[in-house]
Amino acid sequence: MENSETLKEYRQRIDSALDNKFLRSAMDKFAVAYRESRKNAFAGMDVDALIAEVAEIKQNAIKNNDKLFEEFKSVAQKNGIHVHLAATATDANKIIAQIAKDTESKKIIKSKSMTAEEIHLNKWLENEGFEVTETDLGEWIVQLRHEGPSHMVMPAIHLSRFQVAELFAGVTGEEQNVEIERLVKVARKELRQKFVEADMGITGANFLIADTATIGIVTNEGNARLATTLPKVHVALAGIDKLLPTLKDALTIAKVLPRNATGQRLTSYVTWITGPSEYLGAGENFPPSKREMHIVLLDNGRRKIASDPDFAQILQCVRCGACANVCPVYRMVGGHTLGYIYIGAIGLITTYFFHGAENAKNLVQNCTNCGACKAVCAAGIDLPRLIKEVHARIQDEDGHPLKSMMLGRILRDRKMFHTLLRIASVAQKPFVTTQNITQKKSSAKGVQTEEPLYLRHLPLIFFKEHNFRELPAIVKTPFRDRWRSIKSGIENKRVKTANKTIKIGIFSGCVQDFVYPEQLEAGLKVISQIVLSNPNLDIKLEFPMGQSCCGLPALMMGEKEAAKDVAIQNIEAFKGYDLDYIVTLCASCASHLTHATPWLLSGLYDTDAKEFANKVVPFSQFINKILMAEGEKGYDILDRKTDLTPKHVTWHSPCHLCRGLGIKDDPKELIAKSGNLFVQAKEEETCCGFGGSFSANFPAISKEILTRKLDDVENTGAEILATECPGCVMQLRGGALNQNRKFKVLHLAELLASKY
Amino acid sequence: MNPTNIISEFKEKASLVSAVIHETNTIEDAFRIALSLCKKNFIIASPQFDNSALPLLEKLCIENGITILKDSLRKYTNGIDMGITFADFGIAETGTIVVSSDSEDKRLSTMISEIHVALLYKSNIRPTALDMADELSALTSKPSSYTAFITGPSRTADIERVLAIGVHGPLELHIILLEDKE
Repeated sequence: MENSETLKEYRQRIDSALDNKFLRSAMDKFAVAYRESRKNAFAGMDVDALIAEVAEIKQNAIKNNDKLFEEFKSVAQKNGIHVHLAATATDANKIIAQIAKDTESKKIIKSKSMTAEEIHLNKWLENEGFEVTETDLGEWIVQLRHEGPSHMVMPAIHLSRFQVAELFAGVTGEEQNVEIERLVKVARKELRQKFVEADMGITGANFLIADTATIGIVTNEGNARLATTLPKVHVALAGIDKLLPTLKDALTIAKVLPRNATGQRLTSYVTWITGPSEYLGAGENFPPSKREMHIVLLDNGRRKIASDPDFAQILQCVRCGACANVCPVYRMVGGHTLGYIYIGAIGLITTYFFHGAENAKNLVQNCTNCGACKAVCAAGIDLPRLIKEVHARIQDEDGHPLKSMMLGRILRDRKMFHTLLRIASVAQKPFVTTQNITQKKSSAKGVQTEEPLYLRHLPLIFFKEHNFRELPAIVKTPFRDRWRSIKSGIENKRVKTANKTIKIGIFSGCVQDFVYPEQLEAGLKVISQIVLSNPNLDIKLEFPMGQSCCGLPALMMGEKEAAKDVAIQNIEAFKGYDLDYIVTLCASCASHLTHATPWLLSGLYDTDAKEFANKVVPFSQFINKILMAEGEKGYDILDRKTDLTPKHVTWHSPCHLCRGLGIKDDPKELIAKSGNLFVQAKEEETCCGFGGSFSANFPAISKEILTRKLDDVENTGAEILATECPGCVMQLRGGALNQNRKFKVLHLAELLASKY
Repeated sequence: MNPTNIISEFKEKASLVSAVIHETNTIEDAFRIALSLCKKNFIIASPQFDNSALPLLEKLCIENGITILKDSLRKYTNGIDMGITFADFGIAETGTIVVSSDSEDKRLSTMISEIHVALLYKSNIRPTALDMADELSALTSKPSSYTAFITGPSRTADIERVLAIGVHGPLELHIILLEDKE
C-alpha cells in the first residue's frame, strides 16, 4: 500500500472539489431535480413492493448463478455466439484484445459500460495498438479529457458546456458554439463517421437472459444500437451478476432501473439482441451473413462475493446510480472524489472487492451513515451497513489506526470510558467558555453554578477545520449522577391508584448522559406531566447504570468487535427489569439499538438481542403513539399552557429517525400539538452532516452540508429548529452559533418541556 | 384497463417523451401523413414492407418527387431523411413502440434516419411490457433476433443535464396509430 493515497491527500482532493463552483452548483441542482423526477416517474406505483421484487429476482439469480451461466452459454453457443468466461480483469482484457486481433479489427467503437471501466479496457486495447472511441456522449467527453466517469449514468455531469465546447474545438479544429444542442450535433457528426469506420463494436449489457441467451441493453442516445449494427464484430462485456432466468425478470428490473436512475419511465431504447444478427457490410458480392458475436462474462471476484453471506447482496445492484444521486457527500464533492471506478455508496463497497483495499480505505470513511442510499436503492441493498463492514474488514486486514483502536478499547470498558469523560469535564476547563447559570433547583438556595457551555479552543486531538461549529463541553454532573433525584421527583408525584403501570427504561446514550443531560431531564418532565394528567396511568422508571454507549461510534470507525461487546453490555444492563419500553431521546441510538444490535449479535445472543431491540422506542413515537394514546381521552395536555406565545418551529428529521426507523410524522404532530406553529423546511430529511466520526474525518464536507441545512432552516423564518438527536443538535446548534444564525436549536423534548 | 384507456394512455405517455402521435384509418392515409412531413429532395427508407404496402408508398413517393430506398442502407450512413417502419407492438405504460428489426436494413432505417415514422395498429397496444411478456418473448427468443423498445426520439442529458434530442438516432419520432387491420 506504499503508493496509495493517504487520507491527507484524499482530503486535499476533497478541498479542491469543494472549491469547484460549477461542480457544486451542478450537483446541487441535480440532487433537488432528481428527487422530484424520480417521484413523478414512480407515481401511482408501489415502489417498495417493486424494489422487493427486484431484490428477490436478483437474489435468486445470484444463488443460481452457475446454473444460469451454463444455461446461457449452451443456448448462446447453439445460436452461434462465442461465450467467454473471464476470471479476472486481465483475462477479460486479453480475451477482448485477442478477438480484435483474430478478426483483424483495428478501429473499435464502444457504447457505455461500467464493466469496461472496471477492467480499464480502453487503456489495455490502446496499449495493444487499437483505436478505441467511446460513443456515449458523456463517455466520449471524459475519454477526450483522459479521465473516468464521475457518475455511473451521467459520466460528464461534472463538466460545463464551456469545457465541452473547448474540448470539441480541439477535436474538430474549429471554434465551437457553447449551445448544448449544437455541441450534441458535433458529437453526432464526428461519431457517426467512427461508427461507419469501425471494425468492432463493444457494448455492455444490462441483462443476460439465460433461457434464450438474449442480452438487453438500456440506452438513451442510440449509440449501442449503431455499435451492434454497423461493425462486423460485436463484443458484449458484462459481469456474471447480470445473468437472469427469463425475459420477464429483465422486464421487471427495467421497470425500476430507468425510473430510479434518471426519473425516466423508460429510456429511449431498450435493445434485446439474441444474436448474432444480420450483417450486410461484407459488400454486394457476398451473400447476407451474420456478424461475429462474442459475449465476455466477467467474474473478477463476483463468484467469491456471491458466496459471502454479508456481501452477496451487493451483486443485486442494477447500476442505476441512485445511491450517488441522493448521497449528501456526493452532492458536495462529485463522483471523482466519491468513487474509484464505481461511484456512490455501491462504489465505496465494490472498490474494495474489485480494486483493492488501497483504493477503498479512504473512500469507505467518507460516509455520514445517513441511509439515504439504502432508502432509494433499486435492489434493496443495505448499503450503509456494508460500507461500515468494508471499513471494519480493511482495518482487520491492514491494522487498526491508533485513534479507532483506542476508541474501541475505551468503549469496551464502560467504567474506564465514563471515568475518562469525567476527567475530560475537568481537563477541558481552560478551553471552555462558561456562563453563570442559575439553575432552577439551586436558585431556591441562591446558589449559582458555573456550567461549561462550549469548547472555546479545541483539544489538539481535533483538526483546526473543526472551527466551523462550536462544540459543546462535557458537563460537570452527568445524567447518571442526577438520576436518583430525578426519579424520586417524578415518582413522588405520581398517582398511586392508577390501574395501569408502564415500565420504562431510559437509554441515555453517551452524548445526552455526559453532554446534554438537560435534554433527558426535559424528556422526563414531559413524560411525567402526561402521566400525572392521566388518573388511570402510572409509570415506573429505570435507568440501568450498566448501560454504555450504543456502539454506533465504534461501528462508524470500523471497530466492529468493540460494537459487539458494547451491545452485549447493554443487553445485560437492561436484563431483569421486565420493562415494557426502552425509551431513548437519541435517534441514532434508537436506530442502532433496533437494527444493528440483533445483526451484530446474530448467532450469539439472538433471542436476547431481538427482545431488547423490540422494546426500543424513540422519544417522539413513545410520546405521540404510546403515552398520549393511553386512556380514552388521549391525554393531550401538551398545549395546556396557552398563555405562552406560539413560536414558529421548523423540524430537522434525523437520518436515523426518518430513514433508520421510518418515523416521519410523530415529531411534527407533537410540535403542532404543543401549540406551536410548525413550518416546513426544504429537504428536512437531508443529513445535517454530523455523522459522528465522519465530521471529524471530513470537516470540510461536513461544514458545507451543514451550511446548506442551516440555509434551509433560516429560509423558513422559524424562530426554533427542533430535532431529535443529540448529534444533530451538536452539529446544528454549534453551526448556528458559529454562523450567527437567527434561530435557536432545541431537542424536541426541550421544546415540549418549555411549556411547563 | 379498457381498450380506449390503453390507447389514450399510450398517446399521453408517448407525447410526454416527445413522440408525435397521429391517427388515421388506412395505410394510405398514414403514408400521406408521413410524406406531409417531407420537404423536397427527401430520401425515404422503407425496407421490409409487406408487398401490398410498398407499391402504394412507391407510387406516392414518385408523385411527390421523393427518393425511396428499399435496401442497402449501409451506403447512406451519412443520413437518411426519413425511415418508415411498422411497429409490432405498443406499450401504453411508457409510450413505447416495439420494433422487431432482425433485418439490418430495417434496423438502420430506425437508427440513421432524421425522422422515424412508425405505423402501429391500435389493437397491438398493450398496457405494460410485463403484460405481454409472452408475446415479447416470441419475438426476442428467435436466434438472430434484434428487437427494439423505442420510447421517443434519441436523447441525451450528458451536458449539464440539459435534455437534447437526437444524438445518435432519429431527431423526431412520429407514431401513426391505425385502426384495426382491414
